[in-house]
Amino acid sequence: MIKVTMISHDGERFELDAEPGISLMEAAVNNAVPGIDGDCGGECACGTCHIKVAAEWREKTGAPGDDESAMLSMTPEQGENSRLACQISLDESLNGLVVEMPEFQM
Amino acid sequence: MSFTPTSALPEIPDPYSVPLDTIDVSDPRLFATQTWHRFAKRIREEDPVHFLRESPFGPFWSITRFEDIKFVDSNHELFSSEPFIVIGDPGEDLPLDMFIAMDPPKHDVQRNAVQPVVAPKNLAEMEGLIRQRIADILDGLPTGEVIDWVSAVSVELTSMTLATILDFPLEDRAKLPYWSDLAAGTEEISGGNVDPQERIEALQEMAATFGALWQDKVARLEAGEELGFDLISLLVKDPETRDMVTRPTEFMGNLLLLIVGGNDTTRNSISASVLGFNKFPEEFAKLKANPKLIPSMVSEVIRWQTPLSHMRRIATQDVELNGKTIRKGDKVVMWYASGNRDEEVIERPNELIIDRPKVRQHLSFGFGIHRCMGNRLGEMQLRLVWEEILKRFDKIEVVGEDQRLHSNFVNGITSLPVRILPKVSV
Repeated sequence: MIKVTMISHDGERFELDAEPGISLMEAAVNNAVPGIDGDCGGECACGTCHIKVAAEWREKTGAPGDDESAMLSMTPEQGENSRLACQISLDESLNGLVVEMPEFQM
Repeated sequence: MSFTPTSALPEIPDPYSVPLDTIDVSDPRLFATQTWHRFAKRIREEDPVHFLRESPFGPFWSITRFEDIKFVDSNHELFSSEPFIVIGDPGEDLPLDMFIAMDPPKHDVQRNAVQPVVAPKNLAEMEGLIRQRIADILDGLPTGEVIDWVSAVSVELTSMTLATILDFPLEDRAKLPYWSDLAAGTEEISGGNVDPQERIEALQEMAATFGALWQDKVARLEAGEELGFDLISLLVKDPETRDMVTRPTEFMGNLLLLIVGGNDTTRNSISASVLGFNKFPEEFAKLKANPKLIPSMVSEVIRWQTPLSHMRRIATQDVELNGKTIRKGDKVVMWYASGNRDEEVIERPNELIIDRPKVRQHLSFGFGIHRCMGNRLGEMQLRLVWEEILKRFDKIEVVGEDQRLHSNFVNGITSLPVRILPKVSV
């Protein structure tokens, strides 16, 4: 199992155990983490699973792709560490991942 | 393009009695008579990427399945939103440019300029005001007698909200839905029955009114005043859009986009929620027993109603889809109203089921870079309406037929007679 910590804008911590291979969005939705909607089902097309990757994990999660950047540019809450959780596939290299969630999803 | 008046058309046939390749789901009468879903179902099951050679809107492809619609919508390089996103064209007499009908990069710049007006952060600050207005509207309704829910509640609330985000004089708010209804309501655009001359005159009045509001903002900005977060202030403040008023087609286009987007959509979902609970009373019982279902109910109503039936694209290259070849330049219509009833993806799709799984995964807001910008404002208004209704009323009883709009674009409920039964005080 891959351990992930998701922190809400007001500091609440959600500790998840995820099956390797699923996306961070799926892990959050499976665990009913509030604030991650995933309206498009994980196809980088709705922007409702926006998260911000903790500094120490940014290298491992990598940069957003072109479609992902286009979606992220539509939210006023975008930061330089923004990603869409549906585009982060959880594998062993991300065991221990920490991300923050914005106050609002677009 | 020549039009056959719909009164001269033959009676609406049974969908299974006509050749598949002649079925025209753009016929607005199918929406007005609520027979559309039966035609859409046949196409979805037998020929889901359907080509119609001749129609009042020219030849076009119908995309009817959930997954295919998601594909078209999220691939904006393959399917352009230019020049217009409704099946018909707006005509040469009053050209309009709006960012929903632009491709990147111009789309991105203009959308980003106006996005803050409906950004969730802004909405959180509006919530108290909107809730109070809903409370006032509901408290002012007569109980026990027949009223029209559409005009008394749905239109009243959404025009007030629009006036707020546009910083438009509240006492003139009735003009907003009037302009909005005319904007996309001609026969050439959506098969509607709006008189083109009335439309032009109304839109000229609208241009003059908003032009004056714009100049007023500019004057206040120059006088050193701090401008608010209403739409026009945002456009005036943003360097990318501050000269938009000098480009009238763009100025009017984007205003109309926001007005139609904020008017026709939420209004009809509010009406549909009342209608839906009368058709499926056990769902209303569920909601009363568990008001925590309100957010889920809101998404389900928005799916079930699908306030905008379609969006149109133009293929930028040949594309294979579900065994068909769409050619470069072809008109492609994504029927959200069909995808939202796709049995392959949504169980018992014709029923309103307020606690269905994956309830947010519907097509009504579209997907990709043109996804609805005001989705959270729409959801918020519906949520607040039902939070306040449950405090006050035992039941809103539909006592007559709902009337439907003659349009293949706006899935509109034009009147809904109801009687309100207040909670019995103990």
